[in-house]
Amino acid sequence: MHIKWEDIVITGDPLILSAQIGITLTMLAIVVGVTYFKKWQYLWDEWITTVDHKKIGIMYIIVAVLMFFRGGVDGLMMKYQTSAPEMDFLDAQHYNEVFTTHGVIMILFMAMPALIGLMNVVIPLQIGARDVAFPQLNALSFWLTFSGAMLFNISFVIGGSPDAGWTSYFPLAGKEFTPGVGNNFYAIALQIAGIGTLMTGINFVVTILKMRAKGMTLMKMPMFTWTSLITNVIIVFAFPILTVALALMTFDRLFGTHFFTISGGGNAMLWNNLFWLWGHPEVYIVILPAFGMFSEVIATFSRKRLYGYNSMIISIVGIAILSMVVWVHHFYTMGSGPVVNSVFSITTMLIAVPTGVKIFNWLFTMRKGRIQFTTAMLWSLAFIPTFTIGGVTGVMLAMAAADYQYHNTLFLVAHFHYVLIPGVVYAVFAGFYYWWPKMFGYALNERLGKWHFWLFNIGFNVTFMPMFFLGLQGAVRRSYTFSAESGFAPLFMLSAIGSLILAAGFAVLVYNIYYSTRYADRKISTDPWDARTLEWHTASPVQPYNFAITPEVKALDAFWYMKKNKEGLVLKEEELEEIHMPSNSWLPFYMCAIFGVVGFLLVFELFIPAAICSLGIFVGLIIRSFDYDEGYHIKLDVIKKTERAWRGEK
Amino acid sequence: MAKVDKSLPLEYQTEQSRLNILGFWIFLGAEVVLFATLFAAYGSLKDNFAGGPTPAELFKLKDVMIETLLLLTSSFTCGIAIWYMRRQNLKGLLTWLIITLALGAGFVFVEVNEFIHYVHEGATMQTSAFLSSFFVLLGTHGLHVSIGIGWAILIIIQLMKHGLTPTTARKTFIISLYWHFLDVVWIFIFTFVYLARMGG
Repeated sequence: MHIKWEDIVITGDPLILSAQIGITLTMLAIVVGVTYFKKWQYLWDEWITTVDHKKIGIMYIIVAVLMFFRGGVDGLMMKYQTSAPEMDFLDAQHYNEVFTTHGVIMILFMAMPALIGLMNVVIPLQIGARDVAFPQLNALSFWLTFSGAMLFNISFVIGGSPDAGWTSYFPLAGKEFTPGVGNNFYAIALQIAGIGTLMTGINFVVTILKMRAKGMTLMKMPMFTWTSLITNVIIVFAFPILTVALALMTFDRLFGTHFFTISGGGNAMLWNNLFWLWGHPEVYIVILPAFGMFSEVIATFSRKRLYGYNSMIISIVGIAILSMVVWVHHFYTMGSGPVVNSVFSITTMLIAVPTGVKIFNWLFTMRKGRIQFTTAMLWSLAFIPTFTIGGVTGVMLAMAAADYQYHNTLFLVAHFHYVLIPGVVYAVFAGFYYWWPKMFGYALNERLGKWHFWLFNIGFNVTFMPMFFLGLQGAVRRSYTFSAESGFAPLFMLSAIGSLILAAGFAVLVYNIYYSTRYADRKISTDPWDARTLEWHTASPVQPYNFAITPEVKALDAFWYMKKNKEGLVLKEEELEEIHMPSNSWLPFYMCAIFGVVGFLLVFELFIPAAICSLGIFVGLIIRSFDYDEGYHIKLDVIKKTERAWRGEK
Repeated sequence: MAKVDKSLPLEYQTEQSRLNILGFWIFLGAEVVLFATLFAAYGSLKDNFAGGPTPAELFKLKDVMIETLLLLTSSFTCGIAIWYMRRQNLKGLLTWLIITLALGAGFVFVEVNEFIHYVHEGATMQTSAFLSSFFVLLGTHGLHVSIGIGWAILIIIQLMKHGLTPTTARKTFIISLYWHFLDVVWIFIFTFVYLARMGG
């Protein structure tokens, strides 16, 4: 026990004090609000214990939007701190904490939940299934992700944030150089969330392989389903590496082992290798589903079949394989030698080939199409040129010899923001506008959506384009300030202004969600975009059982085929059968709470209480093992009533 | 009740069982990666003794041989248990499952003794990178075996309560997959951690 009690609550910083007060007031407001409107029972029955993939998906999306806000505030703080030379808004230590949490939150608690959330909502519908293969495990995945996210987020008010960068390189991240609990939060919160993600991976691989509607062969699967399948395969093979890396980190920090230490024969390079053996596939875990969403949106709004379907699939499989053999390009400068660097340089550049194939496929899909400039389509259109800038600078960085110049500069930071923001965030936004009617039964406002789009897109480019040039001039990343003599000031200022426009764009999205929820037209069609895939072949919002009769697939773009050939659109009531549904369960939420408590105790190295509480995890597993609940059946008259209601029949 | 297809083996008869078994195979794929990463860590740190004991000074072939025999035999008896399950013989299944667990418990007992012996010799997890990676790799495997024993006891209780149904058969089949997997991991540990390094 090296932790002192007075270190637990962070004091003495006005920014953090205001956050502490803000968090306390928000929590109070939530509790009072839910109690006042008597919504506890509703929350418990409809959301907390739910095993419905659509609701779990929506909860993932809520977490993602909240975390986008948190990570975004971190980003704005950095931009304000570096807006002029020698600013003293944040000190070096605080700046270190802010860029660390910004990175972790944006990748693991914003991008991942947003994508997994949309996958949850859409994939079972797209393949014509009634749920995922393991509904309760799905809820557990969400609640473990939530548990990890919350544990990570409280670090800045209780105990102190991690401060060794989102990559947490050793020896800096070891006990010797960062003795506080911050990096314990990193090791343990990510571990909990990572286990949840691994379970998601297994769940979706089985779902997509085994639960597709009759007639949907692999080569008739929608592109988003394909990219999600490959993504989840990568999750299954990459996340165990993170599990081990974080476990070894935990052992080093908590139990004094010598995996990554300088003393005792440890090897700090081992951490870099393990981290990026997970970390690079992780980049493709977040980018591939995004590619799938763009494919759906572009095909729908070009009113054409996706161009080059087969080559798309070959490309994503190629990207998945290559993603596993490029990790060394993150540390060319660590002295692996010219042969190793050259090999990884070539594998890295090879990734540009399948990615380029996909870019051309999207362009050819639009060629001679009747393009509709909806908000979802605008995001997809802006994605192509901006992402290409990110891709081309990536090829520059891939050249090992040249990388010695770019390494650790803002050029790199600009590059990966140009890949991840157009690649992932634009896709998520496109997905929100496109699938919002499916999730909630009303569309997001298109006019506000265009404000959101233009502000965000302009703000993004103004923020990150200057960082390429700053980086080439030698501005290093992760530096909390710079001198006036450096001459960096104008571009840093420009970048800071851009970040405000970006933030304004995000604010418009939040306002749009509020505005549309209050005022949007509820009487829209269940197929408002004249779309091509099966998720539009049912009610909006979707009834609990998804499909009264599971559809039969005859062609790629199954719903389009049904509409063109007028097949399978009318429900034959005599064919209906009772539908089996899984029961709700409180166990996933219980596991969330118990993992959170055990994680928190471990962070503070209170081993005996942690060991006692971890018995609660086993209790949960035992209860699950003895659970023989068979679910329930939805009766025929209920199905008939529900179906007639949304189909507008008597 | 879920649809039951009597033409398939008991553990595959319901749709949910088929999903669970495939899901578990994929989970084992993830476990392979997990152990591969631990082996990689061990492989890169195995010669970093930092002045501490070396494998040749430390390892006792006798203990390791006993552990190996116990675990390999338990994998064989686990196979016999599933053979009885396929023949709807609950008593045979339970008998051989319990023998399997007894052998597994014997393995854990000998391994814990081995570890205690090392610690008394001054070889702890904190001594050197070699020992850190050794203890964590072996400890992870040992923990898997221990959890497997606890899990199998739960399933034995359910078998006694519900008899052989598609559900209990599927659960038994899945734990047998898990048990064989741990055996495979042990073969790699025995070969690369112990045998290859006995000579010093």
